[in-house]
Amino acid sequence: MSDVHTAVAGEHTRHHAHHFESAEAEFDACKQGMWIFLVTEVLMIGGLFVGYTLFRGMNHDAFHEAHKMLNVKLGATNTVVLITSSVTMLLGVTSAQRGQRSKSMKYLIMTFLLACCFLVVKYFEYSAKFHHGLLPGGNFTNEELTNPRSSLFFSFYFLMTGVHAFHVVVGMGLMAWLMKRTANKDFGPDYYTPVELVGFYWHFVDLVWIYLFPLLYLVG
Amino acid sequence: MTSGHTTAVAAHGDNYLNHSKGIKSWLFTLDHKRIGVMYLFTVLSFFLLGGIFALLIRLELWGPGRNIMDAGTYNKFFTYHGAIMVFLVVIPLIPAAMGNFFIPMMLGAKDVAFPRLNLASYYIFVIGAVFALCALFFRGADTGWTFYTPYSIRTSTTVILVVGGAFIAGFSSILTGLNMIVTIHKLRAPGLSWTRLPLFVWAIYATSIIQVLATPVLAITLVLLICERLFQIGIFDPKLGGDAVLFQHFFWFYSHPAVYIMILPAMGIISEVMPVFSRKPIFGYKAIAYASFGIALIAFIVWGHHMFVSGQSELANFVFSLLTMFVAIPTGVKVFSWVATMYKGSIRFNVPMLYALGFLELFTIGGLTGVFLGTLAIDVHLTATYFIVAHFHYVMVGGTMMAFLAGLHYWFPKMSGRMYPEKQAVWAFICIIIGFNLTFFPQFILGAEGMPRRYWAYLPEFTNLNRLSTIGSWFLAVGFGWTAVYLWKSMFKGPKASANPWEGNTLEWQTPSPPPFENFTETPIVTMWPYEYRASKNYPMTTPVQGSGKGVQ
Amino acid sequence: MFFNEAYAGNGLPIQGTDVAVMWDSLYNFLLWLSVFFFILVVGGMIYLAVRYRKREGDKSKYITGNHLIEAIWTIVPTILLLGIFAWGYQVYSKMVHAPSDAMEIRVIGKQWLWQFQYEDGKSTIGELYVPINKPVKLIMSSEDVLHSFFIPNFRVKQDVVPGMYSSVWFEAKVPGQHQVFCTEYCGFSHSGMLAKVIVLQPDEWAAWKKGKSVAGGIGTVGVSGTQGGAPLAAESLPAQGKKLTEAKGCVACHSDDGSTKIGPTYKGLFGSKVELQDGSTVVADENYIRESIMKPQAKVVKGFNPVMPTFQGLVSESEMNAIVAYIKSLK
Repeated sequence: MSDVHTAVAGEHTRHHAHHFESAEAEFDACKQGMWIFLVTEVLMIGGLFVGYTLFRGMNHDAFHEAHKMLNVKLGATNTVVLITSSVTMLLGVTSAQRGQRSKSMKYLIMTFLLACCFLVVKYFEYSAKFHHGLLPGGNFTNEELTNPRSSLFFSFYFLMTGVHAFHVVVGMGLMAWLMKRTANKDFGPDYYTPVELVGFYWHFVDLVWIYLFPLLYLVG
Repeated sequence: MTSGHTTAVAAHGDNYLNHSKGIKSWLFTLDHKRIGVMYLFTVLSFFLLGGIFALLIRLELWGPGRNIMDAGTYNKFFTYHGAIMVFLVVIPLIPAAMGNFFIPMMLGAKDVAFPRLNLASYYIFVIGAVFALCALFFRGADTGWTFYTPYSIRTSTTVILVVGGAFIAGFSSILTGLNMIVTIHKLRAPGLSWTRLPLFVWAIYATSIIQVLATPVLAITLVLLICERLFQIGIFDPKLGGDAVLFQHFFWFYSHPAVYIMILPAMGIISEVMPVFSRKPIFGYKAIAYASFGIALIAFIVWGHHMFVSGQSELANFVFSLLTMFVAIPTGVKVFSWVATMYKGSIRFNVPMLYALGFLELFTIGGLTGVFLGTLAIDVHLTATYFIVAHFHYVMVGGTMMAFLAGLHYWFPKMSGRMYPEKQAVWAFICIIIGFNLTFFPQFILGAEGMPRRYWAYLPEFTNLNRLSTIGSWFLAVGFGWTAVYLWKSMFKGPKASANPWEGNTLEWQTPSPPPFENFTETPIVTMWPYEYRASKNYPMTTPVQGSGKGVQ
Repeated sequence: MFFNEAYAGNGLPIQGTDVAVMWDSLYNFLLWLSVFFFILVVGGMIYLAVRYRKREGDKSKYITGNHLIEAIWTIVPTILLLGIFAWGYQVYSKMVHAPSDAMEIRVIGKQWLWQFQYEDGKSTIGELYVPINKPVKLIMSSEDVLHSFFIPNFRVKQDVVPGMYSSVWFEAKVPGQHQVFCTEYCGFSHSGMLAKVIVLQPDEWAAWKKGKSVAGGIGTVGVSGTQGGAPLAAESLPAQGKKLTEAKGCVACHSDDGSTKIGPTYKGLFGSKVELQDGSTVVADENYIRESIMKPQAKVVKGFNPVMPTFQGLVSESEMNAIVAYIKSLK
């Protein structure tokens, strides 16, 4: 996905790439590309959701029992953290559009730190699970959970939150890159495509979490 | 290839081949035409590799028992053949190689929407391919290209490398699709409305939609498979309480649409070639365009027809069989329209047209046998036999490869700036068409008689037909090899091609051969639909209109 | 042999069952329909190619389409295809619905052989003995990976999936040997995973049941009853199952006389409707019993506690078949 952005950004600094007739046309194209990319993401993660739903239907009790092992407080904290980061990202994008460079920078840094915060919380959650032997499949050693299918819940838990966390890490990389370019004074009211597109991406990552949290932590 | 190319065509003046020099100017190029050419050469070298495995498979099947290799080697070879041909050849062949080169040109654009992404897609493809081929140097892979669980979890071969390679190559496919969609939406020349798009563009557009929607599901499926092997997560492995058949659902949810990724672009090429060489407008432009979308849409709801005997419910079988029947309707519409295009034409039998006619013959057989397999009861006996093998080779090789060769000869003058030798090409065509039918037609009979696929040894009753098939495979090899040789030679030494040797109307013919660096010296203004053909005259899409902008709009 | 004299020139194996006869009529219909359409398209193509080749004068007519003809070639195939679908489904339902009086034989697929367990406790490898003119239902399971049981002469095929039962049935009309193939790729010796169905005349069948070897049989595996080389007690399958429920401790919680212990009774279970904890009901068939042994928590019967441990890995496929047969026998 970073390719989308590098591709977009490398082509022009402030003026548009020669194969587009105008900067506006290019911006439209980039936006469309990003939307299509997000559709592919939805389908990929959708595969996991479908799998989860199927197995939850077949092993309702096991999943219900296993989901109680998750720490709802930490999950809720992370939800708040990510929603806040969406807000700061939005502010970052609007300030970039208005050409308020330092403000934009500030918000990008805040978003970045919130993402870090999310990962730190995730780290504590994961290590607690490791500690209790709540691991996928063959590595499952927990003895509290009697249902033999419990490990399957954790297979999905790690897969889904893992894929999500990977997206968070990629998002952080993109933000770091945006900060560098903001510092280089690459963006202004006439050109802010990368900021806007990373914004889209980041909202999408949040949205996935907003579905994951109730599915894994609350409903089970 | 670069240096030879550039010196050979220098006389044409500035073009994409001599615009910049040196190996780096190719490896780091953002020019969609050069990327297209790189795809072409890469994909064709994989075709050679996959073809060698095919020949070895056919040699092993010369007689009923062991011939040249043991069962384990044979199992690996058919896996390599299938995986290479599907993931590294037929899927990228037309969309990535031909699509990259010609879609921007047909749109009157200077490049694709995201040139850097385009180059990245190429390298992602190469990395995926290298990853998959690494398996050859370890313990190989012996699962078949379908990676069915739980065998793919149990086998001691290096399945992860092949699966990982397919996963990576999948992203290349997604990104190419994305690039094409945006390019077609945003970079059409002035006047090029949707109803004036050449049908090849429509076909690539429908293909790209499938690539973008289906491939991510394959990606996540392959991730799950890798996790299953590495961490025993218990989703597909029945020993851990997983569901082995779920993998098949996930896999075919992608891989059935993928079949249409392979055939739709081929249909696009035929839709271009038929009217040019019949000197007549395409018959039923809108029907063909809509049919592409009909096929793309139905592609997503028929995956279960691969699983009629897998143990899925009778209701599911009922629904999937019924839906599958509807694939045949838009496909039939296209075939009939192509044939009708010839009616009252003035047909030229140049090599592209010969291949298009060859396509019609083979694809008709492939399509009709598809109806057999969509019919519930009939599929029960025929599935997993050589009938299936013959059917999909008629579609993928008989369909896609014939159309590719039609397109390759059609566009060769544009891509290389030179002509191929007509007579040799005709003989090679005859060799391929005979070889193809000889190789694969006996397999229909073998399948109906009950010979299962993926069999290293077979009952002696099947010997004669297998021998015919093996003999045919060598005709095919000679035909393909011959084609490769004369095309390679004429790339450097062939007679110079004019800008528009076939008198085509589409925009790629309205610029010199080979095209200049940014395709057009000035942006073309489109005034006509693409199929305004007469016997002795053609009206390029840029013809200034004097009241008679006939046809569709 | 696989192809006997009856193997005609139409490229199909012999018709070993009535289903095969029905199948062949549909296949032949499709074949001739395809020939018709092939001649229509390719013949038409060749005719047009010759008729309208470039000639003196070099003329072509400007035609962009014709709504009538386009409608015809959309609608006519649609009707034909729906007819083909209906016919195909009709034959298919004959193929999959076994008569209720079908004789049951259990089939176990493992890399790379087929094992058959008969109701009377016999067990054979590589040869399936069945009586002529009697419906036979095969209840199939796999020890390891996917397999598929294919009898070309009977036109039936069904995947054998690890972790569940699948079934296929036939009523053989032709005595003698019929080839069986494995048609789902299963590893190194996939192409060697063969078997034969040996269809016996009533008197031969009676003799075979008494333990005599029969003319159709070959080799050593005939009637001796082997499982992995070790002879099985000459007991019926349900009797073996009864012993297994004792040996594995099932009887501590499950009775066979209708009384309720910690778990539900076996008596009258098979084929009954079972109400589950969540209020839904399921029919207790082979797959339900199998699942209840392997994944006891999946479907807990109403009024009982989910306390049963899993027997995953502790019950082999042949033992599972015996236990299911035992429960089935307790009407």
